[in-house]
Amino acid sequence: MATFGSFALLIALALAAYNLLAGAIALRLLATGQPAPISPERLADTARRAGIAGFVAITAAAFALVWLVFTNDFSITYIMEHSNRALPGPYKFAALWSGQEGSLLLWAWLLGTYGFVLRLTHKYDVRLYAYAGTILAAVQVFFLAVVNFAAPPFALMKGAIPDDGNGLNPLLQYPEMVIHPPLLYLGYVGFTVPFAFALGALMMRYPGEKWIKITRLWTMVTWLFLTMGIFLGMHWAYAVLGWGGYWGWDPVENASFMPWLTGTAFLHSVMMQEKKGMMKSWNVWLIFATFLLTLLGTLLTRAGLVSSVHAFAQSSIGTWFVVFMGVVLAVCLFTYILQRSHLKVDNHLESLVSRESSFLFNNLVLLVACFVILWGTLFPVLSEFVVGNKVTVGAPFYNRVAVPIGLFLLFLTGVGPLLPWRATSLRSIRRNFVVPTIAVWATVIVCLAVGVRPWHDGAFDSGNFYALVAFAVSAGVMAAILSEFLRGAGVISRQTGRNLFAATWLLTRRNTRRYGGYIIHIGVVIVVIGLAGAAFNRSEEKELGLHDKLAIGPYTLECIGFTQDSNLNYNSEYAMLDVYKDGKKQFQMTPEKRVYLASQQPQTMVAIHSVLSWDLYVVYEGANPDTGQPIIKAIINPLVSWLWAGVAIIVFGTFVALVPSLTPATAALRVPATRPAPSEPAFKGGL
Amino acid sequence: MGTRLRFTFWVKSAQALALALAVCFSLGATDASSRYNNLNHRLMCTCGCAEILGECNHVGCTSSAGELAELRAGIAGGKSDKEILASFVDKYGAVVLAAPTTHGFDLVAWIAPFAVFGAALMGTILLIRHWSLGKTQFTPEPPSPEMDALHDKIRRETGSDGGF
Repeated sequence: MATFGSFALLIALALAAYNLLAGAIALRLLATGQPAPISPERLADTARRAGIAGFVAITAAAFALVWLVFTNDFSITYIMEHSNRALPGPYKFAALWSGQEGSLLLWAWLLGTYGFVLRLTHKYDVRLYAYAGTILAAVQVFFLAVVNFAAPPFALMKGAIPDDGNGLNPLLQYPEMVIHPPLLYLGYVGFTVPFAFALGALMMRYPGEKWIKITRLWTMVTWLFLTMGIFLGMHWAYAVLGWGGYWGWDPVENASFMPWLTGTAFLHSVMMQEKKGMMKSWNVWLIFATFLLTLLGTLLTRAGLVSSVHAFAQSSIGTWFVVFMGVVLAVCLFTYILQRSHLKVDNHLESLVSRESSFLFNNLVLLVACFVILWGTLFPVLSEFVVGNKVTVGAPFYNRVAVPIGLFLLFLTGVGPLLPWRATSLRSIRRNFVVPTIAVWATVIVCLAVGVRPWHDGAFDSGNFYALVAFAVSAGVMAAILSEFLRGAGVISRQTGRNLFAATWLLTRRNTRRYGGYIIHIGVVIVVIGLAGAAFNRSEEKELGLHDKLAIGPYTLECIGFTQDSNLNYNSEYAMLDVYKDGKKQFQMTPEKRVYLASQQPQTMVAIHSVLSWDLYVVYEGANPDTGQPIIKAIINPLVSWLWAGVAIIVFGTFVALVPSLTPATAALRVPATRPAPSEPAFKGGL
Repeated sequence: MGTRLRFTFWVKSAQALALALAVCFSLGATDASSRYNNLNHRLMCTCGCAEILGECNHVGCTSSAGELAELRAGIAGGKSDKEILASFVDKYGAVVLAAPTTHGFDLVAWIAPFAVFGAALMGTILLIRHWSLGKTQFTPEPPSPEMDALHDKIRRETGSDGGF
């Protein structure tokens, strides 16, 4: 099976190379009109079919690796290092992406899958899809070259074949690890598709903005995957790492966040290009940057450039990625310089205070946030290079620099939809901003009254201050969004006689993109409220003997015993804690500590009790080596469940935005490229 | 004149509000009594886990307990925050600090984000101003009953004065 897998990978590389070469030649012939012994259309179609066959070959290779994991073939180095006989089935499947070679194969397979879908739907616009497919093939050649020559997943063990493997990293033996990496990779890899469309459209000087509409759908789906991947990663960190938080500004977390920020900026600024013919160069570079940042993220994760808790798989493939990123940047620059006249804008902004400028400022802040994170992530490397002194850039840096920028972005989220296109009158500002402003100040007053004050123990507390600002701005943004819904629904209600709920539903269906976007913004506000709760975390740590008690917040934890358990995969010991509130027993928690047999690595399994107001988070830290007494750490994490609820709303909003509207706006999508798109009605009523 | 008076009123109101907030925010601000918590969040655990010292609790950590004990001893010994942090840097190197310092090359880490933000913001504002000043002056058509009726219809149907 290993030989089959290796052979399948080689075939996939050959097919991708053919796809690239034949596709490039065919497109060149089509562009120049030169005579050729074979029709360029037929040549392009063979390239497309090679791409489809390449997907089959990569699928075969991925299947071979999974088969080898499940059959415990420890003659393969990768299987020996990342699996063992007692590993449960789902985690054996997760072994596919737990190491470098497997995760690069996963990347290639996902890229092949995206390419497969793209090539099957090529009739939508044959020529544009041929360009995009050829560019995808170029990226695929790189990844297949890496998995064939630099990080082969089917490499054989040297020397004696062990009876059992080293097992999967204990940190990865958690249910979310079966879906978090694939979702994150679906997001990372997916940005290759809009990149390919953008570069292809620029190369062929694609007329009109239809490519933007095609790309937007791909980008939204990709963005959704990346969003879910990031939040699942946060939840994993929260439940597994045992430090009580979900985001530690780790370089690899940052690496996933950066393309998310630029992708989000792109999703906003494409509206300007579609509606006003503005920001064409900006959009092209946003998508180029997003793709480059996904490569940078993989480089950071895989090459050990910066120290990270995610350093599950490090090696020397960094050089491959640096060279490839250089090539991609050079191609992007060259194409842009050659074709920049095609990106001439149709309109310019007319006022500093308008819907258009709010989009521009929104983009600006998203990009600055991206720069701040990139800067903080790479500053240790820069510092070591310049002054020979490695420094740490941790949470305190980001809290001081990124949090204010994030709050400003949240503010713009609320302000943008309240501003009319082109220019704003003082009267409309006054009318639109009254309710949000009242919401902001009412929230400030309520927060100060209930004790959310920017000082703590007599000193200024920046965490509390930011939380107060976050709550206030969130209230303002929520008021702005809800008033937008109510205003539109009120008009429909008056016109059709429907109740307000039904009118809101109809309003949303009439312009899913606009109101789906608002729902996403509501989700973002809920997430921000959840994040702000972190300012009020409380923790207690105590050695607990039998029937000893630990009080935290409204809860009292009583230890009623410690016990042990074991299975083929790990030994565990856990504490049994009865939790009381107001003197009445509420529930039992069993925080656990495991030692995995194959790797002999310890791992905490946190016990979490979630309610809307807070999480009770309990960690069994093991026994005190001096006293032999077990140590229990309990943390009250306010508003954490809001984070996960916010993500669910974001996901729902994205689905809504993906559904075609009832308005004629979507009809333009189905117009073939050869015919000009019909002009949109002057008052179409939405984004 | 009336417009100017109204403008002055709003400016004065904003100033009064800012002053009230400043007073409100500074109420009760006295010497810090939670130095330990503050300092353990400005230091990193040195075991290689890349976690903040005050939050490092992973199983089998060999460094955080010792570092926290040193921190407690430093506070009990009457050292200032600066002296405590300096002693940690002397012992463990600059990587023990959770964020870059504010002197030497480290200062660049703090300045660059705000400099980039400021420059980008200024550049964008100037660009928009340039565009808005350079655009062809739009002369609105004189009001007509047809246009007024159309405007009224649009306002009725959209419930707004031009948003979206």
